[in-house]
Formats: sequence, C-alpha cells, structure tokens
Amino acid sequence: MGVHPYIPNSVPAVKAEMLAAVGAADVAEFYADVPESIRLGRPLDMPPPLRSEAALVRHVGGLLAGNTGTGEALSFLGAGCYRHHVPAVVDEVINRSEFLTAYAGEPYEDHGRFQALWEYQSLMGELLEMDVVNVPVYDGYQASATALRMAGRITGARRLLLVTAVAADKLSKIDDYVRPVHDVVVVPVDASTGLVDLAAVRAELAAGDVAAVYAEAPSASGIIDPALTSLAGLAHGAGALFVAGCNPISLGVVAPPAAYGADIACGEIQPLGVHMAYGGLSGGFIATRDEERFVAEFPSRLFGLAPTGVEGEYGFGDVAYDRTSFALREEGKEWVGTAAALNGITAGVYLALMGPQGMREIGETIMANTRYALDRLAAVPGVQAPYAAAPHFADLTLRFTGSRTSAEVNDALLEHGIFGGAVLSGTDALYCVTEVHTKDEIDRLADTLEEIVK
Amino acid sequence: MRFGLVVNPVAGLGGRAGLKGSDGADVQARARALGAVPRAGERAALALAELRSRLGPAVEVRTADGAMGADAVRAAGLVPVVVCLPGDPTTGADTRAAAAALAPQVDLLLFAGGDGTARDVLDAVGDTVPVLGVPTGVKMHSAVFAVHPRAAGEVAALFAAGAGTRPAEVMDLDEDAVREGRVSARLYGHMAVPDVPVRVQQRKMGGSVTSPSSVAGIAAELAGRAGPSGLLVLGPGGTMRAVAAALGADVPVMGVNVLRDGRPVAVDVASAALEKLVRSSPAWLAVTPIGGQGFLLGRGNQQISPDVVRAVGRDRLAVVATEAKLAGLGGRPLLVDTGDEDLDDELRGHVPVLTGHGRVAMYPVH
Amino acid sequence: MKTDRSPVSTADAVIGPKPPLRRFHQASWDEPLLFELGSPGERGVLVPEPEVPLDDTLPDGLRRAEPPALPEISQLHVLRHYLRLSQENLGADLNIDVGQGTCTMKYSPKVNDRFARDPRVADLHPLQDERTVQGVLEIVHRLEGLLKEISGMDRFSLQPGAGSAAIYANVSMIRAYFAARGEPERDEVITTIFSHPSNAACAKTAGFKVITLYPDADGYPDIEALKAAAGPRTAALLITNPEDTGIFNPRIEEFVRIVHEAGGLCAYDQANANGILGITRARDAGFDLCHFNLHKTFSTPHACGGPGAGACGVTAELAPFLPAPTVEFDGERYYLDDDRPQSVGKTRPFHGVVPNLVRAYAWIMSLGADGLREAAEVAVLNNNYLMAKVLEIPGVSAPYAAGRRRIEQVRYSWERLAEETGVHSEDIGLRAADFGTHYWTSHHPFVVPEPMTLEPTESYSKADLDEYAAILAEVAREAREEPETVRTAPHRSTVHRAREDVLDDPATWSVTWRAYRRKVLGG
Repeated sequence: MGVHPYIPNSVPAVKAEMLAAVGAADVAEFYADVPESIRLGRPLDMPPPLRSEAALVRHVGGLLAGNTGTGEALSFLGAGCYRHHVPAVVDEVINRSEFLTAYAGEPYEDHGRFQALWEYQSLMGELLEMDVVNVPVYDGYQASATALRMAGRITGARRLLLVTAVAADKLSKIDDYVRPVHDVVVVPVDASTGLVDLAAVRAELAAGDVAAVYAEAPSASGIIDPALTSLAGLAHGAGALFVAGCNPISLGVVAPPAAYGADIACGEIQPLGVHMAYGGLSGGFIATRDEERFVAEFPSRLFGLAPTGVEGEYGFGDVAYDRTSFALREEGKEWVGTAAALNGITAGVYLALMGPQGMREIGETIMANTRYALDRLAAVPGVQAPYAAAPHFADLTLRFTGSRTSAEVNDALLEHGIFGGAVLSGTDALYCVTEVHTKDEIDRLADTLEEIVK
Repeated sequence: MRFGLVVNPVAGLGGRAGLKGSDGADVQARARALGAVPRAGERAALALAELRSRLGPAVEVRTADGAMGADAVRAAGLVPVVVCLPGDPTTGADTRAAAAALAPQVDLLLFAGGDGTARDVLDAVGDTVPVLGVPTGVKMHSAVFAVHPRAAGEVAALFAAGAGTRPAEVMDLDEDAVREGRVSARLYGHMAVPDVPVRVQQRKMGGSVTSPSSVAGIAAELAGRAGPSGLLVLGPGGTMRAVAAALGADVPVMGVNVLRDGRPVAVDVASAALEKLVRSSPAWLAVTPIGGQGFLLGRGNQQISPDVVRAVGRDRLAVVATEAKLAGLGGRPLLVDTGDEDLDDELRGHVPVLTGHGRVAMYPVH
Repeated sequence: MKTDRSPVSTADAVIGPKPPLRRFHQASWDEPLLFELGSPGERGVLVPEPEVPLDDTLPDGLRRAEPPALPEISQLHVLRHYLRLSQENLGADLNIDVGQGTCTMKYSPKVNDRFARDPRVADLHPLQDERTVQGVLEIVHRLEGLLKEISGMDRFSLQPGAGSAAIYANVSMIRAYFAARGEPERDEVITTIFSHPSNAACAKTAGFKVITLYPDADGYPDIEALKAAAGPRTAALLITNPEDTGIFNPRIEEFVRIVHEAGGLCAYDQANANGILGITRARDAGFDLCHFNLHKTFSTPHACGGPGAGACGVTAELAPFLPAPTVEFDGERYYLDDDRPQSVGKTRPFHGVVPNLVRAYAWIMSLGADGLREAAEVAVLNNNYLMAKVLEIPGVSAPYAAGRRRIEQVRYSWERLAEETGVHSEDIGLRAADFGTHYWTSHHPFVVPEPMTLEPTESYSKADLDEYAAILAEVAREAREEPETVRTAPHRSTVHRAREDVLDDPATWSVTWRAYRRKVLGG
C-alpha cells in the first residue's frame, strides 16, 4: 500500500511520528479490544484497486456505457418518477461543495442551509396553501406513510381508507410502515371510469374506526378525480382526517389539497428540478395547517424563523424540537435521520426560478400535452384510453386491444428508440408526457404504435 | 426579581475532615480541630458571581449579616441588603430564623449548605417561596441542589428569565448511622425549585431522533397495564406526580396515591389502608427512585410496606424512571431496603425500568 | 514609477508568520429572504409554450383559484441569492470536520461526483427496459459483492435511503422472519444506550417493545442485564460496536451467543464501520443482519442531511425477506428480481439512491482491499492521536475505559470545565465556529455530561488535527479567563444566537413565510 491521495497520514514518516506521539509501536495496539476469534486475519478478497483517477474514470465510464439515458431516447415513462427540464441554475447551486458536503451543522456555521431549507418550506407552503411544511423526508412513499401515521396518532383510530388508485409499490411501503398500528383498507376505484367509488367510501366510513381517508391528485393513473372535493366532508363527518397526496408541479393549475379541505397534504418533490437518477433522488413533503395538534405529530424537522441579537438579522432553528412531550398517546414519533435535505434545496431553487407564472405555465403545458396524448393515442386503432373522460395530469392509462401485450408493445417501441409506458397488466400500460415532450414526439409515438399494434 | 441568600457557614466541614456530615456542634469542633476550613461562603460567592455575570451588578440580594450571607454577597461584587443579624456560632436555629425572615421578601431563596441545611430551610419556609440549594455540604441526597455552585447561579438567572418551578425532594441521612457504616436516608419533604430541565443541548441540531421516552409515555403504559378497573398505586416523587397529571389526576407530591381509571381513589394513604385497598382489587404498583441515592423502596415511601408489595404481587411492581434520571445515577445500582430481607432478595437483580411507552431499561437493583 | 523615494528594504517586504490560530471570519452577506427579492413580472426561467390546445376538463373546485404567492425573481438574482447562502455554509470540503462525531465525515472525492452527474446515471428512468440499464445494474451488483466481502454477509439490499431506513428495513425483516416461523410472540428488541438511538426508534416504529442496556462500570454494555433481558420474547439485539464512545466491546461474541440461545436474531449497526474495515466483520462475530451507511464509511457526501444511502446485509437464512427487487446476474445479463414472495416489500421508491451507489462503488474500487484497511487504520490512528492531544486540555475527559485505546471516535466530556467555569459544551462548540470549525453535542440521552464526540477520519492530516486541538485548547482557556467571549459566541460567524423561545411558542413559531406574515407581521 503506497500513499493514497484520500489519506494524507498514509505517509509512513507522518504515521511513525503520530504513533510515537501516542506511545504506540504499531496501529495494531489500537485494536487490542478486538478478540482474535473475530479477526478476519486475511486481506479482503476484492478486485485490484484502480488507484489512479484516470484508471478509475476508464473503468466506471466503461460500465456507464451500458446505459442509455432518457436524453438519448424518446421516453414516455412516468409512474412516480418524472422527466422534466432541470434549469442550469439548479445544477449550479446544488453542485456547490458548500452545500453538497455539509452535514446537519448548527444554524451558526451552516446558516446558509438553514435559510435555504426554510425558504424551501416557505415556497412549498405558498404552493400548498399550508403554513407548516417539513424538511423533506426520504421520499413521497415515506411522506404518505408518515402522514397516515400522524393522522392515526391524532384521531386514535385504526383504519386507513385508500380511495384513489395508489401505485402498488407505494401501497407496499405504506402497508409495511403502518402495520403495527393500522389496517389499510383499499377502496377500489370504479373499474370502468377509474374514478373514486363514493358509495363504497361511504360504506367503509360507516363501518367506523377510520383514522384517515387518503386520496391522490393526480392518482396513480394520472387522474385528477372530481370526487376529491367531496372527500373532506365525508371524512370529517366520520371523525377521520383527509390526507391528500399531490404532485407539486401540477399546483400552478390544479387546486392544492388545502383548497378542497385536506388536513394533511403530502407527496414527492422529485418533479421540482430533481434529476431522475434511476429513481434514486427523491424527497417527501408533509404539510399541515399551523395547529399545535398537527405540529406536535411531525416526526421530521421543522425549521423556524427567529430574531437574533442583531436588528434585522434572520436566525433559524428547530421549531418545537422536543415534540415528544406534547401528546399523551405516545407511540414514538418514528425517527429522523439523514434524509433528503439537498433535494429540498433543489426544489427551492426550482420554485424560486419558476415563480407563479412559470408554475402556471408548466401546469398548463403538461395538461395540454396530456390531453393531446390521450386524444391522439386513443385514436390509434387497437389503442384505447379507458379513463380519458377524466381530467389527467402527466400520467395516462393506455389499453392495447390487439394481439400484443403491453410488454410486447414496449419491446417493439424500444426497437424504434422509444421507451414505452410502465406495464400495469397484459393489456394496460401507464404512459406519461410532460413539458419536455413536443407535439411531434407525441405524434411519433402515435405513428409508431399504429405500425406496431395493427 | 429579588433573591435571598442564606449561608450555613459550617456546612462542608465534616466532609473535609472525613467525618461524613457536620451536624452537631461537637462534630464541627472536631472538624475544625482536624484543620477543616469553612467553604460554604466561598461557594455561595461563586454562585452569586455567576448570577452577576448573567444579570449584571444591580442584582438585588437580601441576606443575613456576616458569614451567613453578606460576606459572600460582597465577595461576588454585589451590595447586600441585610435583613437579619445572626448569633455566633451559627446553629440550625439561625438558618431557620434567617430563612423565615427572608422568605416573604424574595422571589427565590438561595441557600448554601448540605442536606441538613435543606431540612432547616424546609422547616422554616415550607413551600411558600421557591428555593435553590448551592451545594457545599457533604451529603447531597436532596434534589433541591444545583449540580455545582456556578450552575446554581445559572439556574437562578434562568428562573429570573421566567422558568417555572417543580417540587423536589429533601432527603436526609441519619449521620450517626453513616458514621457507623450504615446508609439510612429518608424523605424529609418537598420544596419548590426552579424547573430548568436538563439542558437540551444543541436543540438546533437533532440529526438523530427526538426522544421517545417521556412521562406521558410512562403514564400511558401504566394506565394500559392497570386497565380501566384496576388500581394504580403511585409512590411519592415528582415523576409519579407528573404521571398522575398526565392521567388527569392532581395528587400531592408527598405520600402514596391510588388511582383508578385516571381518578384518585385514595390520597396520601397510610400503610394499613393501602394494604387493605390492594387486597380488595387487582392493582399495579409503580415506584420511582427517590433522591440521588437511587432508593426504590424503604426510603421515603415506607407506606409501601413489604406486606403491600406482597399483596400486589412482585410481578405487578413497576419501576419507573426517565432516561435522564437513570443516566444521572452514573452507573450506580438502584437500592432496596424494605426491612424484609427475603423480599429485598426477591427484588434484587436486573429489573426492567419503565422509561416510556413500550420502552424499558434493564437495570441492576442491589 | 517614482524614483524620489528611498529604496524599500527587503526586511520591509517580509510577511510575518501567521498567528497560531487562523483569523477566520465566515461570509456574512446579510442576505434577505427570497420573498423580499425581485419584483412582480420578473422571470427566472421560461417553460415551453404548449403547441396543442389547453385542456379545460378540470372542474372549478379543482382548478387553482389564485396563483401561488411565490416570489418573482430574474435568473441572475436567484443564482446570486443561493450562491451567497452557499458561502454562509461550512461544507466538509472547507473545514476540519471532525466534530460531527458518529457521522464519519470524510472526503467525498470529486471524481465520484462526476460519475453521479453523468447523464447515463442522472437521466435514467427507473422503469427503463433492463437492456438499457445494464451498466447501472452491474454497478449495483458489483457493489453488493464488495459489501458482502467487507461484512461476510450473504446478501445485501441497496434500496434503503439512508442509515435509519436500513435499520428500519432490518427490523422489518426481523418481524417478517418471526412471523414466517410462527413466533409472533417475539415482540421485544434489546439495544444499548450507546447504540445509535435510531435502533430503538425504528424498533418502536415497527411495533416492538424496546429494552435498553446501560453500561457497566467499565463502559461496556452490562452483560448481566442482557442475560436478564434475553428470553422467549426476544426478537433481536440491535447493537453498535464500537459504540458511540469509541469503545470496542470485546465480549461481542458472547452477546450474540446469549441472544441466539434465547432464540433471537442479532443485527449489527455498522453505520460507523470506518475503523474496522478489513479488521473484523459482522458475520465473523455471528451477526444475522447488519447495515452500512454509504454516506459515512463509504464516502458519499452528506448533502446537508441527505440524500445518503443505506445498505442492509443478511445471512442466507434471512435473504428471502430482503426488500424487493434484488439485482441478479444470470451469467449474461443483469436483471431485477421482483419475484420474492417473502420480501418485506419496498422500503422506498424504485432501486435505492443510485448516484450514491455509484459514488460508493467508485470509492471502494479506488482503494481496494489494502486501501480500505489503510483507511481504517489511519482513521483509528488519527483518533488516538487526537485523543492524546485533547486530553491534554484541562477540564476535558474521556469517560469510561480509562487508559484504553479507542477505535474511530471518542465521546469526551467537558463536565469538569463546565463545573469550573459555567461554560457548557454547547457554548464551546459555538465558539469553535469562530475559528472556522464546529462540533455538535446532541447525544440524547445525556449519559455523558457536557458531551463532545470527535471522529477524525482518515481524511484529516496531522496538521488538521493539531489545529483542531489547538482551537479547543484556546476556547477552554477563554472559558476560564474570559467566559463571556465563549458564552456569547459566535462572534465571527454568519449570524448571532437566535431567540429559541420564539421557536417553542405556538403563537410565534413560523415554519413558513406565510406563517410569519400572518402570525408575526399580522397580515
């Protein structure tokens, strides 16, 4: 082992000097407490290292060559991870090493991250019309699962009604996370329209012990369900809370959950300027009204604004940090750790750039493209858009009625350099368009499908 | 905000001389003969210096003359307001007289001494005024003392800034017994002290987790065990009173109290009545370590007699403590001395100490 | 050029030596809030105009009535605002970041950021056909192989979002394992007070009762307490080793044996594995599960508190319960295996924090087996060197295991200094900010009074450690001689101490600008 650029004290003379300073003959002395019986006693069995940076770049570059990015193809994939344009300023800011390499720190030596995250909370608050927004949790799945457990702690009830289409993987996460204290009741949507079955929701509410009615806008099928405006009244009438998931990039056009009575809003911030990264970058938001009974139940950090000893100076810190002493119905407020702070800063920079006009325009463009895609693709013989009558945002369900399954359609599209939608079943797939798709690209998909499915 | 100060100038003498306490004129004389120097005034001055550095030189301190206070106030760079003139040599009676004179005139009464001094102050002022002990004495079993003199100044300053109060235990040892090698502490009573919680340092940080242990969680756990119809017997102590409060009941901090479904059914109940009660109905018994020694049973809660424990059942005895309190024991075991050696043996070993809802610490009892 | 002046002597041109401690001052831009910038009508970025007719299917109740009250700011001014905020931040790249003990702050190589940002990582969609993502699947598969060798475990999931999520995944697997064995009565989890608190919290969240062991007089977890706690209801032991004190528990095999004999599983919290890479492995001590934080030991950046990445490793017996999908290789191609009926399911969307998996893979490959061991040994050398320097400072101590060496961190106590001066650990950490560094003290519960946990990983040079110790010594001197300086710190930082009471009162706490406007400004 020679000197390594990441390990300054690997220089033998320095090592010797430091050993002498602490009166040790060898580093082995520091491991005196590690019993011989559990020592490895051999070198780790690993490939030889790529010690030079050039060799490392060659090796990793060779591996990455096995990938085809969405920029090199024409992608219609969405289903929870969305391709949007990421403004250059966003990348410039979040790649700064002061942000990238900082950790939790204090509001004093890391004031910048506190302000940036408080501003993120504030920008999301405006978008959501809610006064309390958390520092991001891991992802939208976690946000939904945590929001539901918050509702459970507030109401003390056991059952959770999921009334819009929810992605299977998200359902799996929610189910695992709430299992110790809740029963998840999936109320199926109407199979022919894809819409909420309000009669079934009423029946489940009547059965009692409901902590929350949970709906998503858009749903996992991309539908903004007109029934959303009825759910708050139904839930509250049964003593339950209304928890609503939403896609924040839709909120320049679509009403925020607070406007139709949601008590807790939650969702995923990846659409707000965060790269897809194979689904690896995400962040979850949870928002409520500014009431103590809600604030007390947040397991995640909430930064607050406070005066300092200097006139006009902004200070920041954790709001109600010792939240566990608030409630008698103590179940442990879940846990807080390293989550997704930088992605929150990313979303903040994105919203600061977009402003109210940008958010309205991007919402309008995406809804227009979604409607165009629904109409244009449903016009292809052998292709149906079964829920097309409902308002949609970005995601849309296509049904292939010909001999090819949706997976086979994807295989054929791939040969044309097109990534087809996420496979839902043998016949159905979830396609997606955003502001980055042009009319020509949607037409190209339609034309290609026409060849494939006929 | 007016502060009062009483110094017991002979406190701490015995410790310096290895005499385990300073009670009694003869012990004091022996201590002086062994070369001990009174340090109480010095330590009181340290506390006041801290107070001054935080609140400024205009802090008003009312006190007794000479070694019983005024000297220490001056040593801290403050101007004393002398309200009484003690005799000399000072005795417990002087401490009681000065405390009684100061109590109606001040918002917080600081006293410098040990457990014996605390007992004198309690006799004189009861709970009529918040107090805070500046530790100088040998025995520090009472919970009315700050952890060190500077901390006393700090806590006093925080009290001036608006902190509330909480009841704290005054303990005392039988010093003769200690000199004979026996430890025999007892709960003498409670006084109100500033409620300055364990400093939640770096509250801004919190990269890890919020604390899941709480009195409310303990209360929920106990209520769940007792059920709606069972009795919940709560031993004395501030923690138990907070548990009762979390269940919606206001009970005195002294004494043993019995709840059913969150409502008091017996308050400050004596041993015989308690035994009768727990034989009449299924019960859970909850006790918390008293004072700084970690006594679970046999000190300060003698109402919970061996017969009461047996009547409730060993498996329905819940030991309760917050994590902070356990941490404060610094690794020392919990102690039992019920007077019934067989029962003590049954109770010894590692026991689950309830620290929150669904949370216990496995902790040794000796 | 002037010629009528007397010549300057070379002595005048000599720049004197620097003082022992640097005269640091952090950037302080006095930057307004975003909401105070810009003016109505300004634009930061434009979005594509629709080429097709607008959609009008949204009913009124679901159409936003008023535009969101976001600020309107031109592009340069958004950039400038955030660059100023970035300068008001001490990233690990800038400071001697040894004070975030337990967090394993180490250099995060820049070349690995380049890989993470490559469009062939950044622009991949998680549902792409496997044929188009063979590269990333191969990296994940290779990384799993490396972690298996480092831990001795049989399988890994790289899906968890960070360390706590990995602990939660492990706890979920433990729950599923006993459910599958028909032992649902195993509802207790044992941990220690010096294990990371996320172990207790995750177990609690997953529905387990938690039993905590306190240290014995030597600072090791009380083995008699473990014997008393283990039994037919024991599901698992969740334990850190070395614990947060930096002390390695030499009886760890006995701990594992006691729990195994009671029928429970053992999970090793290896968030801080940095000091034992290549020395000892989870499986060698008999553990059934373990987890790593890739943002600690394996160098991925901390990113202001995430995204990190977690990895949980298990024995073959527990492998069926791993989160799905796993990444498999059939000899020709890499693929995702979702057909895992006993899996605990998804711990997060899709396949893990892929950019950090790429970074961690590249870091391990740049060091190799010898390099990993060198990193561990130098980290431990740095720690023991720093400990010797720090313990020379009057008023600081290292509780427990007096005189023994530590692994990669030490939990110190300033109790003696605090008793002597009334200056608390928190104050000292804030004063350290005036010298361009810091430490944190949030170590609940406060078993060690006035705590300070330092973890000088292999990234720091001897000069760094000398400088850090000198800063602490200077602050300790100040605490004795001019305590006000410490108590009112920071003085050379971006801002001054904030009014914390404002943050605890429901009438004044302001989590957002709109709350501040409504509650504090009154409209």
